[in-house]
Amino acid sequence: MSKVYIALQDNDESRYIVEAIEEDNPEVTVIHMPAMIRIENEGRLTVNRETVEEKMGRDWDVQELHVNLITLGGNVEEDDDSLSLHWNE
Amino acid sequence: MAVKAITPDYKGEVLDKVENFGGNQVVYVGWDHHLMFCAPFAFPLPPEMPFEALRTQVMPETFSLHPEFAEIDWDQVSWKLDGEDFVPQADVALKDQGIGHKSVLRFNTPDLKGYQGAGV
Amino acid sequence: MAAKKLNIKDKYRLLTRDLDWEYSYADRKEAFPYEDFEGIKITDWSKWEDPFRLTMDTYWKYQAEKEKKLYAIFDAFAQNNAHMNVSDPRYVNAIKIFLTGVSPLEYQAYQGFAHTGRQFGGVGARVACQMQSLDELRHVQTQIHAMSHFNKFFDGFQEYSHMHDRVWYLSVPKSFFNDARTAGPFEFMIAIGFSFEYVLTNLLFVPFMSGAAHNGDMATVTFGFSAQSDEARHMTLGLEVIKFLLEQHEDNVEIVQKWIDKWFWRGSRLLTIVAMMMDYMLPNKVMSWKEAWEVYFEEAGGALFKDLARYGIRMPKYSEIIEKEKEHISHQAWWTFYTHGHAAGFHTWIPTDEELDWLSEKYPETFDKYYRPRWELAKEMEAKGERFYTKGLPQLCTTCQIPMLFTEMDDPTQTSYRDTTYNGERYHFCSDGCKDIFEDEPEKFVQSWLPVHQIFQGNCGGPDVGDILSDFYHMNVGTDNMDMKGSPDELRWKQWKGVA
Repeated sequence: MSKVYIALQDNDESRYIVEAIEEDNPEVTVIHMPAMIRIENEGRLTVNRETVEEKMGRDWDVQELHVNLITLGGNVEEDDDSLSLHWNE
Repeated sequence: MAVKAITPDYKGEVLDKVENFGGNQVVYVGWDHHLMFCAPFAFPLPPEMPFEALRTQVMPETFSLHPEFAEIDWDQVSWKLDGEDFVPQADVALKDQGIGHKSVLRFNTPDLKGYQGAGV
Repeated sequence: MAAKKLNIKDKYRLLTRDLDWEYSYADRKEAFPYEDFEGIKITDWSKWEDPFRLTMDTYWKYQAEKEKKLYAIFDAFAQNNAHMNVSDPRYVNAIKIFLTGVSPLEYQAYQGFAHTGRQFGGVGARVACQMQSLDELRHVQTQIHAMSHFNKFFDGFQEYSHMHDRVWYLSVPKSFFNDARTAGPFEFMIAIGFSFEYVLTNLLFVPFMSGAAHNGDMATVTFGFSAQSDEARHMTLGLEVIKFLLEQHEDNVEIVQKWIDKWFWRGSRLLTIVAMMMDYMLPNKVMSWKEAWEVYFEEAGGALFKDLARYGIRMPKYSEIIEKEKEHISHQAWWTFYTHGHAAGFHTWIPTDEELDWLSEKYPETFDKYYRPRWELAKEMEAKGERFYTKGLPQLCTTCQIPMLFTEMDDPTQTSYRDTTYNGERYHFCSDGCKDIFEDEPEKFVQSWLPVHQIFQGNCGGPDVGDILSDFYHMNVGTDNMDMKGSPDELRWKQWKGVA
């Protein structure tokens, strides 16, 4: 199975999103680079709205992810509660 | 089909036909295994120019910066014209020995291996 | 009572699909005249799925937020004279290449997506292209704003748009996009939407931008990442396009594969300049070109093609050559610019000893064997007061328009020559990839505006190179060009830093 990945700008909001991703996807690898954070995982990775809201302590719309997103790899599935990336093979 | 176009029988204008070069033709010259010069040179030359003039007047303008250029024994040099082995005739015009528009001339100096022997 | 909030899917349906209409008095074929000629078969546009389901209202909301953040940083950058914080004034030359070579491509992308969006019969694809078109316009604008600050303090930024249209090495990116934009709408989407956005722009906007941050350039990293936040959406659009085309009709597979082969090759050639910017123009290093290539092309691209294999799509043709070239192209490109430093609109230099050692470490198979000797020669000549500037003009590849600087991968000191004959005319190429592209559509590429030939034809002024540089290219000769050593840029930097 190939790795999916997501990269976020290294800022205050992203730190909560990264924490949420780590909590919901315990297998992920988090790589810190200048100004950015890259998170990768075998096959699948999910960002859950509820977990991010819990970390941030406020309402959070899944589409707010666009503001801090740098890049991603994988097929995207998005609805009101989560955004997930996956490869079929 | 020579192009995928919405216009039937679309023909492109050939920008580099010899007529556009004011009487010159373009000849490319490259020195095999010598990459001090990043790429072969392009020269606009009269088709009537004898080969000797190309070798002794035109080529040194660019190639002579190479520390090995002065050491070349031209009798030992092997040439390729448009990919085929070629023996140039010094006093014959370029066009009369098959060196045409956008021909590639390559020369090889097997004893000279480039700066530090590294193909530079 | 609070208004009921629509969920994403319903909102997307209402604000995208429901905006379409049937044609009662016009012929649908006349309304979308470009949809058929490429041979792509679309049976049902309603099968189009936009994974992000972004609607225009949400688009404006988040784009406005991105812009506010971005301009706050530009203001802070300018107010704090942050150009003084870059690692080394040599770094700024990479940004000159960006403004002259990349930003105008954003403008071409804006035009390309506006046109392409108009030509698609499906409303989902039309809306997605419209957003991408607006994004690209935003990118060119924010890049010009960001770099206008550098323009106040450094040379070489003043005529970027004029230069893009005329300067020899800028014909490479310009002709790349011209090729895509003069293709049909589906090829444009595979060229730019898929090949370029999904795999190749990542290499410029992710590791290079991270490098900008590492070199103290807050403005560039910020516009870069802000642009790239849009690219994530573009990437999913690119992937959606390709899946959609492959699912629509089996006859599309062969056509799409041919475009993938063409555009990955063209893209990898175009990225040669980014390879050079990463390895030679970032004084503080993040990763080598080769490492970036392995992460973003081989790993990410490999995963993508594995996923597409179920449609009958394979890795792009010549992938095995591309894999070998990662060891070479950055060195070959920087040598080309160094030796043509008199004709470049930015400064060039010999890498420092520490930088040469870093290159040896990152390229253990190739650097010391093939490329370090070139720099030893350059150093020797510079020490004698004879800084090496090549004379004459180089042969160019008819397809990618890059000087014939690439070598055979099984014989790296030998120039790679390829040629073909079409209607009695010879044409030359740097590679089998570029030759294949010409042979597939010769009537397109016989029109290549090759800068060297245009100079010979007298279409660029001159005949002296100096006159061409100043009058035709609008370079400030002696200021914008030549070596970094002794340049006005370097002199001013030393004065600012009090080390003059």
